[in-house]
Amino acid sequence: MSVISPTNRVYLTRKRGNAVMLTISSLALAFGLFWLVWIIVTLLYEGGAALARISLYTQMTPPPGADGGLANAIVGSLVMVTVGMVLGTPVGILAGTYLAEYGRNSWLASGTRFLNDVLLSAPSIVIGLFIYSIYVAQAGHFSGWAGSVALALLVIPVVVRTTDDMLKLVPGSLREAAVALGCPTWKMIISVSYRAARTGILTGILLAVARISGETAPLLFTSLNNQFWSLNMNAPMANLPVVIFQFAMSPYEDWRRLAWGGAALITIAVLVLNIIARVLFRKSD
Amino acid sequence: MSVITLPTTADDTIIEKLMETSRRVPPPSRVHAAKWVDTAFEWLTKSFAFLVFSILAAILISLVIGSTLTLEKYGFSFIWTSDWDPVREQFGALVPIFGTVVTSFIAMLIGVPVSFGIALFLTELSPAWLKRPLGTAIELLAAIPSIIYGMWGLFVFAPLFQSHVQPLMIKVFGGMPLVGVLFEGPPIGIGMMAAGLILSIMVIPFISAVMRDVFELVPPMLKESAYGLGASTWEVVWKVVLPYTKIGVVGGIMLGLGRALGETMAVTFVIGNAHRLSASLMAPGNSIASALANEFTEAVGDVYFSALIELGLILFLITTIVLAVSKFLLMRLARQEGDRT
Repeated sequence: MSVISPTNRVYLTRKRGNAVMLTISSLALAFGLFWLVWIIVTLLYEGGAALARISLYTQMTPPPGADGGLANAIVGSLVMVTVGMVLGTPVGILAGTYLAEYGRNSWLASGTRFLNDVLLSAPSIVIGLFIYSIYVAQAGHFSGWAGSVALALLVIPVVVRTTDDMLKLVPGSLREAAVALGCPTWKMIISVSYRAARTGILTGILLAVARISGETAPLLFTSLNNQFWSLNMNAPMANLPVVIFQFAMSPYEDWRRLAWGGAALITIAVLVLNIIARVLFRKSD
Repeated sequence: MSVITLPTTADDTIIEKLMETSRRVPPPSRVHAAKWVDTAFEWLTKSFAFLVFSILAAILISLVIGSTLTLEKYGFSFIWTSDWDPVREQFGALVPIFGTVVTSFIAMLIGVPVSFGIALFLTELSPAWLKRPLGTAIELLAAIPSIIYGMWGLFVFAPLFQSHVQPLMIKVFGGMPLVGVLFEGPPIGIGMMAAGLILSIMVIPFISAVMRDVFELVPPMLKESAYGLGASTWEVVWKVVLPYTKIGVVGGIMLGLGRALGETMAVTFVIGNAHRLSASLMAPGNSIASALANEFTEAVGDVYFSALIELGLILFLITTIVLAVSKFLLMRLARQEGDRT
């Protein structure tokens, strides 16, 4: 009787075990996708009506019981995310440039790479506490600047990581060709390395925008919130995540409606940014 | 004999031409300028790298300074005292530490096997054209902001959990010896169990992404030899792929754990925020991050502030150690890989 016969017990057990485990694996994937779909459907269902109303984008955050929108929070978020990106991106790109172009495997470069990866996953609430103690506590008041700096600290590790990775992918022969033509290193980095790694670095920047757009914890202690229209970066500033947090936790039905609208708005923006970043990156390879 | 034969008599036009070309070579001052810019650019990038290098240390120092008051007042006993009384200014971190550890443990218990299944599916089972979309979809779970998980958890998940799942859990496990105590109490939806479950969904994308990446590092020849000997797909994964990548898999699990420990908003919504120590997973509790999110802006008094900042310090230390171990393990796997090739 052949070993691989349908009646061999060991063979049958192994075959069955394999089928069972592979089914469980497929179910695990379905389990993961199930939550994604459920959350997105919930957001569209609960927030869809609020999203469709024009007042969401034109009215200020209302007191309980009144009609209103999220205009000041949307603008506040846009301003703080922009300022955070403007502060964080250059730092991240330059530090990443050092890691990939100059430091390579020196102690500073390896150490920075290690600590940067820890920082990348560090709890964002601790970043908020940090900015609170070095900025808000010293200045004596919450402010949009503090919020933007906290967001910038979240941007830096993402940009450092992608810049470093993407510059390392640039072939050394390109650099050598530039240097052989008499190009100084800084010019070689700017017009050869950066140009070759452009899409990759841009992907990192987009992912950083997506990451900070929904961050709530670091803003709680830094920019806090503002019920009114304000573009003063030195004063507490309204922003979507904190407004969502306050409105969702409130007992008022219309505040909760607005919170769902804001939640749907943020999630759609973040998911779209993520997908754009991925499509962009795929085109480059 | 030289290749270029120069005219023996001085020819004015040739000398003129030579001088013309020499004038086109940049004068020494411009070469110097380029060199100066070069050094400046290198130092610019280096100083920013150093800035990034020192952020973690700066965070640590600022948190230690911020919590000096309670560090001096309670010392290490802060960690195992369960009092949390802002009125009498008595503070201890046991309840939030307990909640953080318990919810993260539940998250790992569910998240790790599921992530392993997902990584297995994506590396061994999925047809090539589905790999990318499915992988991206799982990664998008990580892109959803944590406050969204919190809202969804509080308004959608917790009520269903309370009415359908919790009664069943209490009925099945409640009477059992040993584990029974974990499932005691009324089903109220929110609590440590709900927080742990939502955390498990949130860590899945992180753990499964690392697992998938390290599984792909396994040399095809190893897998093919196992298949050639007649091993089934499951046997190849369990007996060849997993042993080969175990360091990386542990690294991925630690990364997920680091994320779960520090997660703030999602937990804040569903954990119930009760400063009470309870053995039952159904009971509301508190985590370090959610205690900070809830109480920090409303805290009055230096001791209260200091206690909250010390909570942040403890969280920072725990997550940094976990993440550093994770990074260290993943680096070891990468180096081992480098040695082999």
